[in-house]
Amino acid sequence: MTHAGGYVADSRIRAIEWLPWVLAVICFFAAPTYVPLGSYVLTMIIFALSLDLILGYGGIITLGHSAYFGAGAYAAGIFAARVTGEPLLGLLVGTLAAGLLGLITGLIILRTRGLALLMLTLAITSLCLEVANKATDWTGGADGLGGFKVQPILGLFKFDFLGKTAYLYCLVVLFLCWWLVRRLVYSPFGASLTGVRENNVRMHAVGAPVYQRLVISYTISAAMAGLGGALLTQTTQFVGLKVLGFELSGELMVMLILGGVGRIYGAFVGPLAYLVAQDYLAKQFPEYWYFGIGAMLVLVVMFARGGILGIIDALIARVRSRPS
Amino acid sequence: MRLKTSTLFAAVALAAASGLAAAQTIKIGIMTTYSGPGAAQGDQLDKGFKLYLKLNGSKLPPGVKVEPIFRDDTGANPDAAKRLAQELIVREKVQFLTGFVWTPNAMAIAPLTAEAKVPYISANAAGVSLPRISPYVARVSFTLWQSSYPLGQWAAKKFKRAYTVVSDFAPGHEAEEAFTKGFKDGGGEIVGSARTPMTATDFIPYMQRVKDAKPEAIFAFNPAGKQATAQMKAYADLDLHKAGIKYIGTGDITTDEELQNMGDAALGVITVHHYSAAADRPANKAFVAAYKKEYGEKLNPGFMAVGAWDAMDLIFHVIREQKGKIDPDRTMQLIKNYKNPNSPRGPIQIDPDTRDIMQNEYLREVRKVGGQLANVELETVATQYKDPWKEFNKPK
Repeated sequence: MTHAGGYVADSRIRAIEWLPWVLAVICFFAAPTYVPLGSYVLTMIIFALSLDLILGYGGIITLGHSAYFGAGAYAAGIFAARVTGEPLLGLLVGTLAAGLLGLITGLIILRTRGLALLMLTLAITSLCLEVANKATDWTGGADGLGGFKVQPILGLFKFDFLGKTAYLYCLVVLFLCWWLVRRLVYSPFGASLTGVRENNVRMHAVGAPVYQRLVISYTISAAMAGLGGALLTQTTQFVGLKVLGFELSGELMVMLILGGVGRIYGAFVGPLAYLVAQDYLAKQFPEYWYFGIGAMLVLVVMFARGGILGIIDALIARVRSRPS
Repeated sequence: MRLKTSTLFAAVALAAASGLAAAQTIKIGIMTTYSGPGAAQGDQLDKGFKLYLKLNGSKLPPGVKVEPIFRDDTGANPDAAKRLAQELIVREKVQFLTGFVWTPNAMAIAPLTAEAKVPYISANAAGVSLPRISPYVARVSFTLWQSSYPLGQWAAKKFKRAYTVVSDFAPGHEAEEAFTKGFKDGGGEIVGSARTPMTATDFIPYMQRVKDAKPEAIFAFNPAGKQATAQMKAYADLDLHKAGIKYIGTGDITTDEELQNMGDAALGVITVHHYSAAADRPANKAFVAAYKKEYGEKLNPGFMAVGAWDAMDLIFHVIREQKGKIDPDRTMQLIKNYKNPNSPRGPIQIDPDTRDIMQNEYLREVRKVGGQLANVELETVATQYKDPWKEFNKPK
């Protein structure tokens, strides 16, 4: 397989890997009215990348990743409301808060595996949701946290109504995340994660510090999810309880599966396809759009286990194997 | 020749321009809830809007058309609502926003209306401070103070001890605050209060707590829909009625579209509200008949359907007054002077100072009329009533 990572693959950036960035910039100029949706897609790509790191590479199955996304979102929101609306500091606060939460919870729950782990991730999300719901003085509860101002980035770039600044801001942050994930995945550390996913017992047998590796990757992933959450807070200037909801975790996993799990660009393609389809369906059939989403998922699960990138792989393989 | 060409060109340009003016389409962005636990409420708004458009859609100046654009906010989901509203404004170029079941969503999008100068008419979201966020917000629905405060005053004359149970979000808090003020100022005592999660479906634990506290009345608010039925069932299952605890609240707890599902437990429940499907005003009779004709004999319109109907009526009024050429500031001017003596709920008007609704509040009791449960209006407790919260909390 192409997504083995580690020492196996060539870690140099191939020409085609620049394609998403070129497309993102083209979209910015070609479809200015889709820029707010674009910012949301970019944010969800960051979130999906963070999940891919632990689910796709580390094999940690979680349905509670929104806990970290939400922690970052609320940390950034509360920071903006109470301390300062400086966006870069806000991102840092969101990232650190979620990373810290990831470290603490990771230390506890990563001692388990399989279903027990799945249940614990769910429990953590529920706990965070309840805390946010009840701590109304800080979070606004079910009414959400709004009314804070986010200052211009570096004092220069104001968040405009059309969402252009927000889009480019998200794009730059995503680029940094992509670069980091790529470095991680192609490093010996990434190789050891893949090893844990593929054969946990054997990794123990060769003396690899499995638990430590998992906790580190979980913390990095949580921090990145928090970064995504903080970004969402700043670009929408609002935080609602849904960022901590179980639905968001489920939706995220669906996006990742749709794109292709365990490969960096699965996290790019999945959210894009899912959110654009959702946008189109919700526009055409505001009353029944969930039906379309459901049908799409059934089709992917039945016919394309590797997600959209899996389909593309299969097509390329077929073309190549054809006798010329 | 040269002259001729330019004349021809001018004539074509003129024709094109007048053609544009003749086929003017005004887009109205409508946010409601089609999925999730709040879909029952969203359905009410949807039905109200669509009924108005079907019956009155042609009552516009010649050449002017209205195009509604519906969106699903999936429930109290402020960030999604904000993104959708932004897209409606930027991508669809809507000139009005309306709908919105949920206050949190409305609060989140209100700042956008000021930035983009797109008037937003709340058809339901009742959070009391909403119109103060942006000068482009007006409301035709209600505030919880309008119903809960007079109810508190009325209840203080009947009961000494009351317990409040409200949904844990801004409108719930406001209902609790308003009832408590009215009740306490009249000499009553609040023996306990509970706040239920916004998405609660099980009210038994809260009702048990009420029963144990032995008040004379329980004041309730929930965001109508299926929750209203669930809470009524909990009240019945624990025999609170037999324990001598009277169930009172805003009209949300006996909302007309759900009332038939509540069963006889609802009999005798007292509410204060601005709309009842059972009211015998001619405008209401015509409205209910049209509604039943469109959606089925068994369906009653609830107050949210009326909110949607009146919001659309206000928008049509504003479009007619401006002959289809919409200017946001002129629109807000017209909205401030909007009056409708023949709304299904009775006479209504917009308070020019607060851009909030002024309407009659009725004291109602659930009774059987022709074998069906109905909110029978007993008396008008407040006439052309302004939101009392804004009277108590004047802007400084």
